[in-house]
Amino acid sequence: MRLQSISENTIMMTLPNNPDLSTYLIAVKHHLDNQAFILETVIGYRTITVYFNPLQVTHQEILTFITATWEQKQAEQIHSTLHHIPVCYDKAFGIDIEHVMKEHQLSLQKIIALHTTPTYNVSFLGFSPGFPFLTGMNQHLATPRKNNPRLEVPKGSVGIAGGQTGIYPSTSPGGWQIIGRTPINLLPLDADRPTLLVPGDQIRFYPINKTEFEQLQKEERIKNGN
Amino acid sequence: MAIEIIEEGLHTTIQDQGRLGFQSYGFPVSGPMDDFAARMANILVDNNPDEAVIEMSFIGPTIIFHQNTIIAITGGNMSANLNEQPVVLAQPVQVKKNDILQFRTVKTGGFGYLAIKGGLDLPEILGSHSTIVRADVKGVLGRKLSVGDTIPLSHSYTTGYQLNWGITPDLFTYIEQPAKTIRYIEGAQYDWFEPNSFEQTEWIATTQSNRMGYRLEGNPIKQRKDQQLLTEATTFGSIQVPSNGQPIILMADGQPTGGYPKIGQVAEVDLNKVSQLRPGQPFRFKKITIDKAITLLARRERLIRTIQYFVHEKWGGIKLCQK
Repeated sequence: MRLQSISENTIMMTLPNNPDLSTYLIAVKHHLDNQAFILETVIGYRTITVYFNPLQVTHQEILTFITATWEQKQAEQIHSTLHHIPVCYDKAFGIDIEHVMKEHQLSLQKIIALHTTPTYNVSFLGFSPGFPFLTGMNQHLATPRKNNPRLEVPKGSVGIAGGQTGIYPSTSPGGWQIIGRTPINLLPLDADRPTLLVPGDQIRFYPINKTEFEQLQKEERIKNGN
Repeated sequence: MAIEIIEEGLHTTIQDQGRLGFQSYGFPVSGPMDDFAARMANILVDNNPDEAVIEMSFIGPTIIFHQNTIIAITGGNMSANLNEQPVVLAQPVQVKKNDILQFRTVKTGGFGYLAIKGGLDLPEILGSHSTIVRADVKGVLGRKLSVGDTIPLSHSYTTGYQLNWGITPDLFTYIEQPAKTIRYIEGAQYDWFEPNSFEQTEWIATTQSNRMGYRLEGNPIKQRKDQQLLTEATTFGSIQVPSNGQPIILMADGQPTGGYPKIGQVAEVDLNKVSQLRPGQPFRFKKITIDKAITLLARRERLIRTIQYFVHEKWGGIKLCQK
């Protein structure tokens, strides 16, 4: 374990790489978030970064506290929700799905089957609001990013980048290979649930056709009041 | 009870102290690029220093006031004029109903701030009035301001006389005489790089710089060995080095996590100097310890509190008509 002061108001803890780190990190995050002198914490694949006010508490005090927390903390059950996320893999939305089919010599049906079979874990959110970093993709689908990132990837796009899969919660630039789109809104923006997915949640994808996509999109719009 | 945008400027947004507590959901903190100038503008009109202000970038907007109020302008000089009369920066100014406040292209620095006494009357998004980015939010807090936008104000204020005091322009010399040196502390992957070349290189910010990040150009920084980083937290001022060796400094709207290694972190007291750098202005980096950076930060906070104390005392003696 390594602890570093990375700015006046942050300390980052880096752990040896381990595929099961996510649950530990989430448990430690919950414990740290409950401390009055800690403003917020951000987790990564193998790090937890603690934000505080250095004019109220010293780096040494935070270092001591994080070390004690880490040593006491055993893997504990974390609350986890399983989300079923509909995805339309039609090439109107999955603008790179033909590229992925060619790359792996796989049929559309096979790609959909490989993508909808696993249960994915949400390790953390980052990159943009609500963007989930998921683990659990079948490595037969691993595809390098696009050489030239798109200036605009539509909201809800589901993509692959290297060995990862993810969903764009809002329209943004991006270099992922886009294989489909979900009509589900990942950004409810309520203060107690700003994002649909939170670290520790699980998701499974299921395929829908274009008509179902449009129907669900309409329902989502009504639900979100626009 | 509102102001209305009649010319939008290049990139005019609303910013308060930032959206704290939502970084682990992927939301950037946002907030003003030049936090010092924004807080000074608020202090001058006796607002809470963290109240929402209007941030203007490179080309300022034109605004019509639909009520009497008191404003203050700080930051880069955008040749502000009120009904075609020049406005003095860094002092409170009475404006009347139907007055037109016009800004032009910035002459010094890059970002200017307009604070309005009593603040803006807008609903918060996730606890903040800072413009939210990359979240597809509708309304004035979901995008840059555009022609026809009206922003309600919390109160109306009138004094019987024009105010003729302010704070010393010396507080803003960092904008007029740009810093030749930006201080930084070691980043999480400092030892991945050759720091000498980083400190000896004269850097410039390119025109591909915005509220998300400043792209720098100079002698490429070499990584000692080929290593990949797993995505981890980043923050305002993180100096990332992508594989081409040209650093990117993450700014106020920067993403809360990133996968590029970080050679350094701009000292918090120098973030406003970085923000006000103009594309092409040369500067160097100089390393300081984290203890030194915290000492400088504590000194800056004391200075701000002292100024706030005296300005607040001054307001105590002013008769205001409030509606």
